[in-house]
Amino acid sequence: MDVPTGRLAVWWVLASEIVIFGGLLGAYIMHRIGHPAWADQAIHTNVWAGGFNTFVLLTSSLSAVLAHQAAEHGDGPKAARLLRLTVLGGGVFLVVKAFEWTTEITNGYTIGSNLFWSFYYTAAGLHAAHVVAGMVIMLIVAASAARNQELHRVENIGIYWHFVDIVWIFLFPLLYIAK
Amino acid sequence: MAEHAHTNYVKIWATLCVLLVVSILGPMLGIRLLTLITAFGIAFVKAFLVAKHFMHLDIEKRWVTYILVAMIAFMVVMFGGFAPDVIRHGGQRWQKTYVEPAVHGAAEGHR
Repeated sequence: MDVPTGRLAVWWVLASEIVIFGGLLGAYIMHRIGHPAWADQAIHTNVWAGGFNTFVLLTSSLSAVLAHQAAEHGDGPKAARLLRLTVLGGGVFLVVKAFEWTTEITNGYTIGSNLFWSFYYTAAGLHAAHVVAGMVIMLIVAASAARNQELHRVENIGIYWHFVDIVWIFLFPLLYIAK
Repeated sequence: MAEHAHTNYVKIWATLCVLLVVSILGPMLGIRLLTLITAFGIAFVKAFLVAKHFMHLDIEKRWVTYILVAMIAFMVVMFGGFAPDVIRHGGQRWQKTYVEPAVHGAAEGHR
């Protein structure tokens, strides 16, 4: 099979994550098609905040893959710096999301308002939980990478982070652009 | 995986950013077909670029891709099974009576 155990585990996790997010997004899409009136709700999501967050996640994916490249060259400290930069990207993403949600909730659009907002907060919230998990794991991996230890983990957490990025790539047009 | 040492990641990131701008500006023209292509079509292109170049699926063992694609296929089957009942509001012997509550926010909101 020739795939290292750690990386194999990450691929299995992602296979299950595809079913989790795929089920949620699939359910959203079929309900959205069945309820054209949801467009009246979708106009209240902030496309510029969503777009900026997409840019932030794409950039954090770049730093994650550069960290992997540095780890491959045996430069643990550089990999650690780039991983921490990726964590910073995750932090910016969450701060923007917090401002966004605060505005929406203040304006009366809560998770219980109707089915559109239930999907909105559930999908974006589940994704944000994955961002937080990735940030925590990345800080742990960065700590060992800085000492040039367990450098193979840099690639593993990177693969997970790119997947979280891909999920957002689909969430963005579904929740923010389709008005 | 040392085979991808010469991949220009910055160039791929720049391509992703250009695609992001197109996916935001395209739907603003208000043409339905263009919205589908620019928003959702480009999302698939962006996901492909990230999976291929950042996750290195292009040089990963082929069966890993097969497993991931199989999971996506399961989701397509699920969608095909449920969607007809969810999307339609009535059939020969049934009718959906649930009415989605209208929400009126405190502010006009923002685009």
